[in-house]
Amino acid sequence: MLKINNLHAQVEDKEILKGINLEMKAGEVHAIMGPNGSGKSTLASVIAGKENFEVTDGSVELEGEDLEDISPEERAHKGVFLSFQYPVEIPGVSVTNFMKTAINESRKAKGLEEMPAKDMLKLIREKSELLEIDRKFLSRSLNEGFSGGEKKRNEIFQMAMLEPKLAILDETDSGLDIDALRIVANGVNKLKSKDNAVLVITHYQRLLDYIVPDFVHVLHNGKIVKSGGKELALELEEKGYDWLKNEATV
Amino acid sequence: MELKDKLVSSFMAFENNVDVEHSVHDIRTEAIKNFETKGFPTKKEEAWKYTSLNSLRKIDFSLFPKTENTIEYKDVKKYFLHEIDTYKIVFVDGVYSSYLSETTHDGVDICLMSAALTKEMYKPVIDVYFNKVASKDESLTTLNTAFSREGAYIYIPKNKMPKKPIEILHFATGNEASLMLQPRNLVVVEENAEVQIIERHQSLTSNNVLTNAVTEVFAADNAIVDIYKVQNDSASASLIDNTYIDQKNKSVVKVHTFSFGGKLTRNNLNFYQNGEYIDSIMKGVTILGEKQHVDHHTLVHHIEPNCESHQDYKGIYGESSTGVFNGKIIVDKIAQKTNAFQQNNNILISDKATINTKPQLEIFADDVKCSHGCTIGQLDEDALFYLQSRGIPLKEARALLMYAFANNVLESVRIPELKVRINKLIANKLGVNLGFDL
Repeated sequence: MLKINNLHAQVEDKEILKGINLEMKAGEVHAIMGPNGSGKSTLASVIAGKENFEVTDGSVELEGEDLEDISPEERAHKGVFLSFQYPVEIPGVSVTNFMKTAINESRKAKGLEEMPAKDMLKLIREKSELLEIDRKFLSRSLNEGFSGGEKKRNEIFQMAMLEPKLAILDETDSGLDIDALRIVANGVNKLKSKDNAVLVITHYQRLLDYIVPDFVHVLHNGKIVKSGGKELALELEEKGYDWLKNEATV
Repeated sequence: MELKDKLVSSFMAFENNVDVEHSVHDIRTEAIKNFETKGFPTKKEEAWKYTSLNSLRKIDFSLFPKTENTIEYKDVKKYFLHEIDTYKIVFVDGVYSSYLSETTHDGVDICLMSAALTKEMYKPVIDVYFNKVASKDESLTTLNTAFSREGAYIYIPKNKMPKKPIEILHFATGNEASLMLQPRNLVVVEENAEVQIIERHQSLTSNNVLTNAVTEVFAADNAIVDIYKVQNDSASASLIDNTYIDQKNKSVVKVHTFSFGGKLTRNNLNFYQNGEYIDSIMKGVTILGEKQHVDHHTLVHHIEPNCESHQDYKGIYGESSTGVFNGKIIVDKIAQKTNAFQQNNNILISDKATINTKPQLEIFADDVKCSHGCTIGQLDEDALFYLQSRGIPLKEARALLMYAFANNVLESVRIPELKVRINKLIANKLGVNLGFDL
């Protein structure tokens, strides 16, 4: 599904990713953990195609295709989805209208007709129930005045609507109380299948109690310094990141 | 001949067609003298620093169209808010078109200035209100006053509200190579009365048109007035729109200005708060391209205590367009507890576009809240990336963000069909289909 080879990326001449290697197969859940400033969010943005990050070396491949020079929207059309740590507020555009635009643009790119209004409504109803989202919420302006939890739930709702092949969840757990966390994790788990893959980026182990990863990678100073199974997350929770930093410098 | 000389020398010819015995004619004569002394404003004047009338002054405008022109409704239907029923006061090349209009005297007067300035029955209103709030000093206003003869006359008596909104439309047919129009409107809204007005100037060809309009609005105690100015004229049409508003106790006057087109547009919007607990609201959306120029000059004069004013202007400037926002707020010493807010946010989407924005606050009272803010920026990169990451192409993503940027100005539009129209004009102006019904 996703293959990252020796990825180096920088922003404004500052190198942030210093040679990342990662391979994810369909059906797998990977977690990337690491201290603040280790490059986690940068990695998420680079996979999704954010333009102010410059890839200086290495590559990102989705299903064998090199994503270099492919715009963020085309990546989305190919099945990449990024759940943002800080979703942007768009006043005057309702959640429903935003999703209609997003879905129909994807369909247009694939040469499909616009989704009939009836099907769209049905899909919205179905997916909003999955995330326990109230109807009234859908007619509100996108992210405007949403609480932290509402924003994150709305991100996963968008993921449910767009049905990506590769979903990247960037700190989706931050700012969530335990109930919201459960709803969000439950949504993600229901969307998981043998045909898609999920990359969970988090600072804490908490979310991984609910979205159980097949592999855990530790990112430190722009490199993956350790990989393991789900038990690695527990070890990190217990010992913190310092022992890894020491190990990395040795 | 320079336009000024042509105008001054044509005044005598104009006098042949008006009643020189009427008291209004003394006002006209005073006004032409003032204009003759002052002439057109130049860039040397602070208020005209960024807007030059030089090229317009060199054009040989026809001042009085020779023939009466008719146009078919079907050809101009799209300029009307035809989705709903409205009163209509329509002028074609400055001449009233009874065929396209729908006026009324049913409890309210929605009719013609030419009637109000000549018929005896309107004289009491004319004597009290005509040229009472319009400047007797500003040269373009006095120029209009000198030639005031035709326009819209709206009188809403105490406790009344017309059954439907009023549209004032000015069409220019292009029968004249260059045409200058000077409509003069008077709107009097008595105590506890209400009115909604939509104004539009539309040139139907690419011939030169220059409109120098003056509108006087009087809002008595508790009156509610909504004025919507839709400016989406052709690339050879210029508009100088002078609006003077006199407000009494607890009245609420809202003026929305939507500037999407035209060659040169100058909006002089002046509010005078002659009472307490008044609310004056100015909202604007400007979206320009090509070499278009729009200059918004607002003035709010807080004369009495306990009043509010709110200004919110958003501008999106592309290509080589230029914009000006100059917001002047005067708070007199006696006008304590004034709340005056002013906001002007702009996005430049081209390296060649320019905006000059300037707040001008003159506050003489000490217990007031006044705030102003202006921003000039580009579209937020993070927001663009967010939309793109959802599969929305860059062009549509930009449009969606610009739409969102302008949107909160539309929330106060109280005619839903007009709001839909403006939304469509915005989408159209931004050159995209936003993929959903606006």
